[in-house]
Amino acid sequence: MSENLQSEIKAICQGSGNDRTKMMDIVRAVQEKFGQVSSEAMDIIAKFVNCHRVEVEGIVSFYTFLSKNPKGKVIIRLCNDVVDKMAGVGAVADAFKKELSIDFGQTTTDGKITLEYTPCIGMCDQAPAALINDEVITYLSTDKVKEIVADIKKHYDPSKLKHRLGDGNNADELVHSCVHNGLRKKGPVIFADYKSKAGLKNALAVSPVEIINVVKAARLRGRGGAGFPTGMKWQFTRAAVGEKKFILCNADEGEPGTFKDRVILTERADMLFEGMAIGGYAIGAQAGILYLRGEYAYLIKLLEKILKDRRYKNLLGKDILGKKGFNFDITIQMGAGAYICGEETALISSCEGLRGDPKTRPPFPVQKGYLGYPTAVNNVETLCCATRILEMGAAWFAETGSKGSPGTKLLSVSGDCKQPGVYELPFGIKVKDLLKEVGAEDAQAVLVGGPSGQIIGPNDYNRTICYDDLATGGAVIVFGSERDMVEIATEYMEFFVEENCGYCTPCRVGNVLLKKHLDKILAGKGEPQDLDALQELGESIKTTSRCGLGQTSPNPVLTTLKNFRQSYEKKVKKSPDGMQPTFDIRKALADAEKIANRQSVMFTK
Amino acid sequence: MSKPKIATTSLAGCFGCHMSLLDIDERILKLIELVDFDKSPIDDIKEFTGRCAIGLIEGGCANEDNVHVLQEFRKHCDILVAVGDCAIMGDIPAMRNNIPLKECLEEAYLNGPSIHNPEKVMPNDKELPLCLDRVYPCHEVVKIDYSLPGCPPGADTIWQALVALLNNKPLELPYELIKYD
Repeated sequence: MSENLQSEIKAICQGSGNDRTKMMDIVRAVQEKFGQVSSEAMDIIAKFVNCHRVEVEGIVSFYTFLSKNPKGKVIIRLCNDVVDKMAGVGAVADAFKKELSIDFGQTTTDGKITLEYTPCIGMCDQAPAALINDEVITYLSTDKVKEIVADIKKHYDPSKLKHRLGDGNNADELVHSCVHNGLRKKGPVIFADYKSKAGLKNALAVSPVEIINVVKAARLRGRGGAGFPTGMKWQFTRAAVGEKKFILCNADEGEPGTFKDRVILTERADMLFEGMAIGGYAIGAQAGILYLRGEYAYLIKLLEKILKDRRYKNLLGKDILGKKGFNFDITIQMGAGAYICGEETALISSCEGLRGDPKTRPPFPVQKGYLGYPTAVNNVETLCCATRILEMGAAWFAETGSKGSPGTKLLSVSGDCKQPGVYELPFGIKVKDLLKEVGAEDAQAVLVGGPSGQIIGPNDYNRTICYDDLATGGAVIVFGSERDMVEIATEYMEFFVEENCGYCTPCRVGNVLLKKHLDKILAGKGEPQDLDALQELGESIKTTSRCGLGQTSPNPVLTTLKNFRQSYEKKVKKSPDGMQPTFDIRKALADAEKIANRQSVMFTK
Repeated sequence: MSKPKIATTSLAGCFGCHMSLLDIDERILKLIELVDFDKSPIDDIKEFTGRCAIGLIEGGCANEDNVHVLQEFRKHCDILVAVGDCAIMGDIPAMRNNIPLKECLEEAYLNGPSIHNPEKVMPNDKELPLCLDRVYPCHEVVKIDYSLPGCPPGADTIWQALVALLNNKPLELPYELIKYD
């Protein structure tokens, strides 16, 4: 076995050129082959790529899809995001436990099937959903669980699972997935018909600086949520001194409730790759990397084929479209299940074969990014917008949307609404108009921008979705009147406790403390001063955290405290005698009473 | 009008914070002009004689007696101040918190390298208070009004805090009094 392990890993490492920076590919391949990256395997990898063993172990322990301990051949990852819980994932989870006779976090005794929970997999509009290895199964029900488990036990090969096929490219043989696009409204920028190479051709007819000027004139801003002007980002990267330059596409949409890139990657990948080539030409890059979240592995064959087609058509490769000296190609880097990798510097770390830790800024990626070279990191949707701008012109683009936020925005809407799905709408739309469109006019609350965004109530429904008011990377989650907003905030805090990278104390410890206070309140033991503590702690975490995760993670608590204060106030009461209701003397003494074999005299029952 | 009363106690602490209180030196005479001491190791009064304005707590809760005393303090004092890091967060006594109680006791009385206990007797007189499963900081057991950090907080820090509380004035703690590096 050991020799076999040695030779197999040797082959895997050689396949990646024994390159330390290709560590993600190496460990992913080892995990896939052996169902684990064992202690022995780590030693062997370290030897072949010439790095310290702890670097390998650091990576394996960081990413959810990698494990030191053996996992089953089939891994069922049930999404337990808030929206899935609202859609009844509890019953589905029980059904899995019953059918497999194991609990979550366990593997069947024959070592064949592992059952786990996972945060948002980008299928909120089709919840409850699960990943079975790379296959996505949507609209789960208890009956469906029975069928799936019976089917799996026949062949232990998730790709042979029988299911109906989704629409559009989901039905393509390379995808073969039951996922539905859920595209409810097409807009002029992303989902209007697109003729391949129209944008790129116009781009190559002018100089890189002119492209940057066009994008600037269109006032295009980053669609990931932060809204940084794309033209400026490209200009900085172009101006930065570097032997090589890179353009990275952030397709790690992990913000719970965001699933718009899923539809772009399925239906508009051509447009995206074209945007990367345009960006590459503008900043002077020869290589682009698409960082694809591990959960979207079911799309990789399709994406690879589209890349291949584009190379064949000379839309990628050498002297693209006859433009002498413009050489550009794109590779795909798979992630391995880490929310933090959606943060651009963490994404760069991950591409470099490191743990997905954010980097300290400055230097900014545009100065020193991937492998230390100037790098532009752009969102999937942003790059598609760039393609359309080059096709149709800046003025055309700026006609739609609002003044500070031109163009359209893809909104992925889920939760308590009649028509969940993806909507391409002009920026500046009022929340109330959006709610009308999705069939949720009586919503109690709306989460705009995912858990790191804001939870607003009806008083704010006249506000608009745009960078200057309610900014969002795309997630819109609707909560009906029966939902308990304190419970929702607590769920999201649990997500951040799980997903923070652990580097800085305010975020690693602070989020846990927030969660503890919330649990106390939910258990009916909260006091009014707990609300003040939440507020104060939340503000400290925001001010003192190192990256965007901690700078936004208290938002679910802070915005519900502000907008749904009465929900909190109903749950807390002043302790009449100054004692802590959470302190349980019986529990605290149980061990000692057992060891001493006598009952407490001081605290009798 | 009678003077306000203060009470003090050392729970799972080392009496260092009380030593620090005594470090106010001759100002203790001024303190006696301001207050009467009720239950406290300083005057050796064992039980509360009445309502107190301020209770100073040193140390966290490691055993049931600590809990009992702390709860008595909460009942009798208007304001409770957690004095020092043990009271605020358990500190050194809380280093046992990641080790099961049974293992701790066995290491202390049976298996430790310097233990001579041939009969393998674990102290278990019923007069001995039972240990808690872990050491709790004071605020996890009762409501604490103020915390004075430090190991120990310096005499001047304690003095400033007491004077501010007794005169109902805002507390001024210059940087020098709360820096601990």
